[in-house]
Amino acid sequence: MTTISTTIAPPRPITPRVSPLEGLRQTMTLAWRTLVQVRHNPWELGDFSIQPIMFVLLFTYVFGGAIAGSTGAYLTFALPGIIVMNMLFVTMYVGTGLNTDLTKGVFDRLRSLPIARWAPLAGRISADLVKQAWSIVLLLGVGMILGFRIGTNLASLLAAVALILLFALSFSWVSVLVGVIAKDPEKVQIFGFTALFPVTFVSNVFVQTETMPGWLQPIVKANPVSILSDAARGLMVGGPVARPVMLTLMWAALIAVVFAPLAVARFKRRV
Amino acid sequence: MSQLDRLAGTAPAIEVEGLVKRFGDTTALAGVDLAVRHGSVLGLLGPNGAGKTTAVRVLATLLKPDAGRATVGGYDVVREAHQVRQLIGLTGQYASVDDTLTGTENLVLIGRLLGMPRPEAKARARELLDAFALSDAAGRATKTYSGGMRRRLDLAASLVGHPQLLYLDEPTTGLDPRGRTELWDLIRGLVADGVTVLLTTQYLNEADSLADDIVVIDHGKVIATGTPAELKAKIGARTLEVRPADDADLPTVVAVVGELANVTPEVEGGLVTAPVADPELLPIVVRRLDDAGVVVAELALRTSSLEEVFLTLTGRPADEVAEEGIAA
Repeated sequence: MTTISTTIAPPRPITPRVSPLEGLRQTMTLAWRTLVQVRHNPWELGDFSIQPIMFVLLFTYVFGGAIAGSTGAYLTFALPGIIVMNMLFVTMYVGTGLNTDLTKGVFDRLRSLPIARWAPLAGRISADLVKQAWSIVLLLGVGMILGFRIGTNLASLLAAVALILLFALSFSWVSVLVGVIAKDPEKVQIFGFTALFPVTFVSNVFVQTETMPGWLQPIVKANPVSILSDAARGLMVGGPVARPVMLTLMWAALIAVVFAPLAVARFKRRV
Repeated sequence: MSQLDRLAGTAPAIEVEGLVKRFGDTTALAGVDLAVRHGSVLGLLGPNGAGKTTAVRVLATLLKPDAGRATVGGYDVVREAHQVRQLIGLTGQYASVDDTLTGTENLVLIGRLLGMPRPEAKARARELLDAFALSDAAGRATKTYSGGMRRRLDLAASLVGHPQLLYLDEPTTGLDPRGRTELWDLIRGLVADGVTVLLTTQYLNEADSLADDIVVIDHGKVIATGTPAELKAKIGARTLEVRPADDADLPTVVAVVGELANVTPEVEGGLVTAPVADPELLPIVVRRLDDAGVVVAELALRTSSLEEVFLTLTGRPADEVAEEGIAA
């Protein structure tokens, strides 16, 4: 066996800390890694591509006629909400990915490297935003093929996308918290489905609030999923914008303020 | 440590004083002291649950100690963790590669994180994959690798940044004998290049064949230190073995050997064994047994294995201790 002649390099200068710019570069590298994983695991691509398309097709053609009278009218109503719902499910990848790294030991290797302490987490979340953007574009594309039309303008559409991504960023902290607490990645998935299904269905994503029983309506109206869906509808299709956007921003801030410190605290306890 | 010591390289590469780490009610490290000389291999030997991994995790800046002090390359592992991370490479059961990425991608990822430009990171990955006989599998996801390949990639991953110090936490656990020998050869090659190695193992022969110095720990405490030869000498350099021709003489043999060696001898399958410090004892044993009228079928004085050293130190055979550790 030959020796590895290059093991000891001339000593590199030892730096006292990571500069923010280096931290940002490390974040991009770690985001790249998360996206390369998708290439090797096409199932995941199917998860956040095919599944939302199935939802659009199912709801539009199975329920659309019954709920809104025509599939076209229903798509106009439901697509912004379906995009919001899909966004919440996609945020769960942050938690599953993080949990996988923690349980498999990848995280310890990363932490033994001289990189910014926040880079692994920031890398995950950045990669998640790329997945989110991809899902939104995909859903809008499929929606348009099926007859969805933007009722506003490009600036409003971009604002809607930005608002959804911002909410995703905030909601990622919930996913991080679950990812840190859960024993294994499957538990994160199970949580995602059991918690997110009721939250997204007890909302105005699929049906108008007014069609629901009176006691349920206040809950549906207060649900941030409904509020964000309203904001997305307003920005994409038309209708009231100011109030739902304001409320969405408040919800996003509230979720981040509550869950970010909780997630970071649990995170520090675990590693 | 002074800046001068650091520059002159006279100080130990790793210095640990009174290290304590608790997890709830469990004390994983109960005041550990050790030092690793530059360019040497220190074998941290102990059963499962002895605190080996905890010690490595503290030295790798992954855990903060509750008390005590540890410096690596002169840098404090708590206050100067970032500096320490620039010196070390870590290979262990827990510091793993990403099994959804290919071998190349894993190594490029680390190179990029260490600030190498992409072409340099790729070149370094190729070089390491070549050296570790992984070139053919470079483009495959590492979840398809065999255990031995996986360990070699783990080791390669810890070498991307040209570390001066390498921590190998039970690097061969779970490998077949061939895989183990291959990895030993690789480690010897690294040591020949001047890397300082901290090796933890529960295999006595692994410590014996790789380490310059050995620290034996059990229940979070150092129970012995020295070179493999010193440790063997310290405990009683030799093992005396006597097999009487007639099993009826066993009690007499046990009594004689016990008295002379000043320990309670072990008896197994008609063979009486006892550690002895003084080789001069052999003729005396022969004479006393002759006086007692015992006919001896087999009589030998041989160098103790590290296994026996371990038994003497912990009062339990290594296997038993290891099993206990797993159960705990």
